[in-house]
Amino acid sequence: MGGLMEVAQNFYEVVETTCRDLYIQSLKEIPPDVVDAIKRAAARETKEVAKRIFSHYLRSIELGQKDNMMVCQDTGIPIYWVEIGGNVRFDGAKLTTAIIKGTERATREHPLRSSIVAPISRENRQTSTGERIPIIHYDFVPDSDEIDILFMPKGSGSENMSFMRMLVPADGINGVKKFVLENVVGAGAKPCPPMVVGIGIGGSSDLCMTLAKKATTRPVGSKNPDPKIAAIEQELFEAINSTGIGPQGLGGDTTALGVHIESAWTHITCNPVAVNIQCWRAERRRAKISTSGQVTIGF
Amino acid sequence: MAEFRFKTPLAESDVRQLHVGDSVLLDGVIFGVRDGNLIRVFDKNVAPPCDWKGAALLHTAPNVKKVNGKYVPVCVGTTTSMRMDRFTEGLLRDYGVRAILGKGGMSQRTAELMKQYGAVYLSVTGGAAAMETLQIEEIEKVYWEDLMPECIWQIRFKGLGPLTVGIDAHGGNLQMDVQAQANAKAAEIMKKMGLA
Repeated sequence: MGGLMEVAQNFYEVVETTCRDLYIQSLKEIPPDVVDAIKRAAARETKEVAKRIFSHYLRSIELGQKDNMMVCQDTGIPIYWVEIGGNVRFDGAKLTTAIIKGTERATREHPLRSSIVAPISRENRQTSTGERIPIIHYDFVPDSDEIDILFMPKGSGSENMSFMRMLVPADGINGVKKFVLENVVGAGAKPCPPMVVGIGIGGSSDLCMTLAKKATTRPVGSKNPDPKIAAIEQELFEAINSTGIGPQGLGGDTTALGVHIESAWTHITCNPVAVNIQCWRAERRRAKISTSGQVTIGF
Repeated sequence: MAEFRFKTPLAESDVRQLHVGDSVLLDGVIFGVRDGNLIRVFDKNVAPPCDWKGAALLHTAPNVKKVNGKYVPVCVGTTTSMRMDRFTEGLLRDYGVRAILGKGGMSQRTAELMKQYGAVYLSVTGGAAAMETLQIEEIEKVYWEDLMPECIWQIRFKGLGPLTVGIDAHGGNLQMDVQAQANAKAAEIMKKMGLA
């Protein structure tokens, strides 16, 4: 540790095949924290229709794990969150190319439905890629000599339930809570509940929305390290779960699996809030790649 | 909550028996439709190349692969129905559709049309596509391949479901009822939290 480490010669090929595998596997193996949350919700459910829906969720999770099947048909918008260790020396443009190629290979080799189209012509290249897609976020962490890639295939049922508003400082935190509750309840059945609610507070409008999405990638039920923010997460979690929307919006005891908030400082005149929702599968998959090309897979 | 099993195409007398919350299994041909192909039918006035009298339409766009020139399912699941809500009247009035299958529910307007024309909305469990895929016998035909994956898919199912009746042909709309209760509950909570 400590020294600068140049990546191995085959590093970019490893990134490419790893990104291919992350995309495919994310659609088949639901993260263990999500599975546990679904199992707990199913066990305490009291409504008959909701119990039936939970049994379908659990059966599909099992088909993914044991029979190597895709759990949902939505291959989503491919999104990568890449954290680069400060000690790693590499060619950033080559890294981006490897991630894009891995995305295209997953689509062609599995094959997967390409869910990506041009916004106006609606042309589909059948590659799951296009202008500015996949979405790749880069971040840097000190004292690390590995690259951490977190992938999410962001489904549209939940993505279409995204909300952002530039509240004013006088609206305070109560304005933030009200905005979240109105929009999450208004989303109702559409994002495939029970959902993971990601909330961004602060920043600029674009950062706020990114924070909301980043919040959905946290393990289900994890708490913000700031106790004041964690308390707001808990308050909103309880409020959303008392609405009775339930799985598929057909009525039931669990509407949210988790409520996660991420925050940033903002301008003196601003009080931004954003909501981004994950469906009940909350798919994500992670790979840590060392400079020598060793890959460790996780969630 | 009763349990039913029907074979497509459906008769008006089939769907009139159903009430919200009932559980339904479907056998036979079901047509996969969604945004792209319904926009072509209704906004570009291109008649669908298949007969939808008594049909069950599923809101979907599958993952498929081609084996010996024929499409086989990889993963077939269900998409959010509300995006296709404005097409309900044309589907029921002009084409005689008897069931729309999808997820997330449809509007009160759709419920009124279903009562008028004799049709139902059957809620598929969204996201549980693995289960749904195993209920497919065959992808029989694919129309409008240029819209891939938003083609019209003629798929034969055995025991698709269990589906939950979300809208019946008597004016019932389960998801909208749940939504109305949730809205009322949320207003009450927000008042308690000092947000109202």
